[in-house]
Amino acid sequence: MGKVRQVLPSLVMAALLVAVWWALVVETRSVIFPTPAQVVMAMADLVRQGTLWDHIGASLFRVGAGFLLAVAIGVPLGLWMGWVKGAFTTLNPLVQILRPISPIAWIPLAILWFGVGDLSPIFLIFLSSVFPTIVQTADGVHTIDRKYIQAADNFGVTRAKLFLQVVIPAVLPQIIVGMRVSLGVAWLVVVAAEMIALRSGLGYLIIDSRNAGNRYDLVVAGMVIIGITGLLLDSVMRRLERLKLVGWRYAR
Amino acid sequence: MPAKIVVTDITKSFSTAKGPLNVISAINFTVDDGEFVAIVGPSGCGKTTLLNIIAGFVRPDRGQVVVDGTAICGPSPKRIVISQQGSVFPWLTVRQNLMFGLNGHHPDKMALADRYVSMVGLKGFEKGYPHELSGGMLKRVELARALVVKPEILYMDEPLSALDALTSLQMRIELRRILSEDRHTCVLITHDVDEAIHLADRILVLSARPAAIQAAFEVPFPHPRNLLSPEAVALKVAILREFGL
Ligand SMILES: Nc1ncnc2c1ncn2[C@@H]1O[C@H](COP(=O)(O)OP(=O)(O)OP(=O)(O)O)[C@@H](O)[C@H]1O
Ligand SMILES: [Mg+2]
Repeated sequence: MGKVRQVLPSLVMAALLVAVWWALVVETRSVIFPTPAQVVMAMADLVRQGTLWDHIGASLFRVGAGFLLAVAIGVPLGLWMGWVKGAFTTLNPLVQILRPISPIAWIPLAILWFGVGDLSPIFLIFLSSVFPTIVQTADGVHTIDRKYIQAADNFGVTRAKLFLQVVIPAVLPQIIVGMRVSLGVAWLVVVAAEMIALRSGLGYLIIDSRNAGNRYDLVVAGMVIIGITGLLLDSVMRRLERLKLVGWRYAR
Repeated sequence: MPAKIVVTDITKSFSTAKGPLNVISAINFTVDDGEFVAIVGPSGCGKTTLLNIIAGFVRPDRGQVVVDGTAICGPSPKRIVISQQGSVFPWLTVRQNLMFGLNGHHPDKMALADRYVSMVGLKGFEKGYPHELSGGMLKRVELARALVVKPEILYMDEPLSALDALTSLQMRIELRRILSEDRHTCVLITHDVDEAIHLADRILVLSARPAAIQAAFEVPFPHPRNLLSPEAVALKVAILREFGL
C-alpha cells in the first residue's frame, strides 16, 4: 500500500503530461507529430517485428562494454591517484583537462580511429565514464577519515590489509556514486554516438526513422524507450547503494 | 625497576594562520609498569596532542618518549590508542573489527575475538555492524578491539566522555574488572575528575594551553573505590582547586 502511495503522484503526473500532449496534437491538427496512441502502436510494431530488442540490446551492449572498461581502469587509477601524492599531482591536471571535453566532440576522432563499428561508441562510452570514476574514487580516498588510517597504523597491519580492509571499503560508497553518475552519462552518450554512425541501437532507430519517411511516431517511441531504459539502469545502480557492504554509509 | 614509559621534555607548537601556537611546553613524567595514570586538563589544553605524541603518531618539536628503554619512533601494536572520536571501522562487523588487529599467528582468531566480545558484554552482537549499536556499545567494541591484541600499554583519550553518566559509570567498573584480569599499563586522558579518581593510581593535572604539568596526586585507595568516601571527596576538592574552582 505504501509503495503504491509513493509512485502514485508520479503516475498522475505522467498521465497528465500524456493528456496535455494528446490534447495539443488534436487541437493543432498536426499531421506529422504523433499522438500518444500512435506512439504506442509504433512501439507495438517494433516489438512485433522483433527489432526493438535488437536495438535495445545493441545499445546496452555498447554501454556495458565501455562502462565496465572504464570501471576496470578508472577505479584502480583513482585509488592510486588518491593514495600516492605524486601520482595525483602528475595525473590530475591531465584528467581535469580531458574531463570537460564532451564525448560528442570525440566522435570524429573515434570514427577516424575505430571506424563505424561497435568500437567507436564503446570508446566514447569509455571516455565519458572513466573520468567521473577516477575523480570520484580519488576524492573518496582523499576524504577517508584520518582516524581510520591511524587506527590501522596502530595495529601495524600490512599494506595489503590496509588497502583491502580499510581504504577500499571506506571508498566503496563513493565509487558506487561515481559509477551511477558515469552510467547515466554513458547512456546519454551511446544514443548520441549511434545517431551518427552504425546500423543498430536506439540512436540509430531515431535517426533512421526520421530519414526514412518522417516516421515521427517511431522517433518519439525511441525517445520514450531511451528514457525508460535509463530509469531502469539508474534503479539497478541505486540497488548497489543498498548493498550490505556500503550500508554503513547510508545508515543514520 | 625502570619505568615503563619515560616522557622527557616534550614540547610542541603548531603553526597556524595567526603564527605559532604553543600547545605543549616541556612536559616530563614517567609511568611504571602496570600503573594506571590519569591526565586531567581543561578543554583544548593539548591533551589529545600530548597523547598523539606519546603514542608515536605525532613528532614533538623537542624531547622524547622512551618505552622499555628505547625511544619510540612511531606507533606500535604493543601500545594501542583508543581515540577520542572512536575509530571502530563502520564497514566491518563487530567480530571483523576485533579480528582486524590480530596479525600474528593465532590458532583460532574468531574464537579469540568472540571471547573478547563477550568480555565487554556484547555477546550476540558479533555479526552486527557498528551503526546498529549504541554509543556505549561502540565504546565497548573499541575497548575490546584494543584488548584482544594484548597490548602492553593502553592509551585512552576521553573514552567515556561521550557517554551518559550511568553508562560511563558502568564502563568504569567494567574497565577496572578487566584490568584486574589482564594486566596493562594505562594512560587515561580525561576532563572528568571523578573518572580519574575512580580509575587511576596517579593523577597528573595539566595547566591551560600551553599544557604543562601543574600538579600530581597519588590515589592510594583500594579497589573497588567509593567516590563518596571523605578521602575521595577531599582529593576531588584538592584537584578542582588546581583548576581554580
Ligand atoms: N594539527 C593541528 N594544527 C593546528 N592546531 C592544532 C592541531 N591539532 C591541535 N591543534 C590546536 O591545539 C590545541 C590543543 O588541541 P588538543 O586537541 O590537543 O586539545 P584537547 O586538550 O585534547 O582538547 P579537548 O579537551 O577538547 O579534547 C587546540 O587549540 C587546537 O586548536
Ligand atoms: Mg582531545
